[in-house]
Amino acid sequence: MPYITLGDLGVVGAVRVDEDARSVHVELTPTYLGCPATEVIQQDVKAALLDAGWRSVAIEMRFDPPWTPERITQQGRAKLAAEGIAPPTGHARSKGAESAPVFVTLGRPPAEVRCPHCGAAQTDLLSAFGPAPCQELRRCPSCREPFPAIKRTR
Amino acid sequence: MTDTRATEMGAAEAGAIVRPVEKPVEEYALRLGDDALLLSHRLSEWLTRAPDLEEEVALANIALDLLGQARYLLSLAGQSTAQNEDVLAFRRSDREYRNALIVELANGDFAHTIVRLLFFSTYQRALYRSLAHSADANLAAFAGKALSEVAYHVEYAAGWVVRLGDGTEESHDRAAAAVAELWPYTAELFAADDLVNALATEGIAADPAVLHAEWSEQIEAVLAQATLGVEPTGVWRPGGGRSGLHTEALSYLLAEMQSVHRAHPGAAW
Repeated sequence: MPYITLGDLGVVGAVRVDEDARSVHVELTPTYLGCPATEVIQQDVKAALLDAGWRSVAIEMRFDPPWTPERITQQGRAKLAAEGIAPPTGHARSKGAESAPVFVTLGRPPAEVRCPHCGAAQTDLLSAFGPAPCQELRRCPSCREPFPAIKRTR
Repeated sequence: MTDTRATEMGAAEAGAIVRPVEKPVEEYALRLGDDALLLSHRLSEWLTRAPDLEEEVALANIALDLLGQARYLLSLAGQSTAQNEDVLAFRRSDREYRNALIVELANGDFAHTIVRLLFFSTYQRALYRSLAHSADANLAAFAGKALSEVAYHVEYAAGWVVRLGDGTEESHDRAAAAVAELWPYTAELFAADDLVNALATEGIAADPAVLHAEWSEQIEAVLAQATLGVEPTGVWRPGGGRSGLHTEALSYLLAEMQSVHRAHPGAAW
């Protein structure tokens, strides 16, 4: 997904910088445990920081707190939608507001995922499993297009 | 091999005997990791063979989730002995595997795979829900993450068990046969031994009796909806997997799964 940054996706956690030692420590959180992109993401982050002149780069994978779709920024959601991937509905966590309220859904979440192509509000779930671990497969009854959507976290 | 990483790893690994893990919590992680790894492998065997594209994608995704779990758990298991996930996955023999037998059994028809997935993922969901509060910080963080993934596996399997059981005569009979075959193997998932009891007392492991009660209630509800009965708990309760005594199905699985790694020790690409 070259059109979205790791920051937009909410994969980057705390970043600690030691300017004197030119070292940087980055926390990353995978979307899903088995996400095949995890290793590429680690390598890319490390390479980008070394290219940027940091002498020592440490990457730490963290699951706690776990990644959820709420971590995708508003900008990230717009980018996903532009690429035909329905972003999660609900509120994006605003930047730097770690203590922002977290929305909790009880029972089965409503299936209101907007079609990224024609904007129809009601779409059907085809399969809870899609082209990537973090995506499900849906179909729009209005424009008849199938599309992937970011899964909710149960 | 020109890849330096491969050469280093190859030299260290080639011919090395895998050492038993040391700490009780590592042995526990090894059991759970082996369960996840082997069911992942069995599910991946459906690739190009699933009844339709959606099921193919679903089974592959679940296999991938389980592989992610296995990688983390095996990494935990190998910490004290400095053995990475690959050493534990690819260099142990069948007698050194600690999985429950239910995950190693060869694939049957689609109903067999779906019923096994229902039994196992319902167990895993109860397990991870409990482990999310484990006194072991690594296990707790991992379980909290894995729990949300496993919830999807349970829903998928339960949805299919109901469709098969409450479907045609053929699908009902196949699902019923799978329940009858797999039911005895579920006992091993909830078997307690000294290791589990000791870790449960410390608040690290989940209490098997609590898991079993939660599992039974949920499984009975799904099977009832699927017009499938619950099997009476019989005298025959196969076990032994946690101490390395397995069916021959595991030996064939490992022979295939480990063949590339054993032919090219430490190869990286």
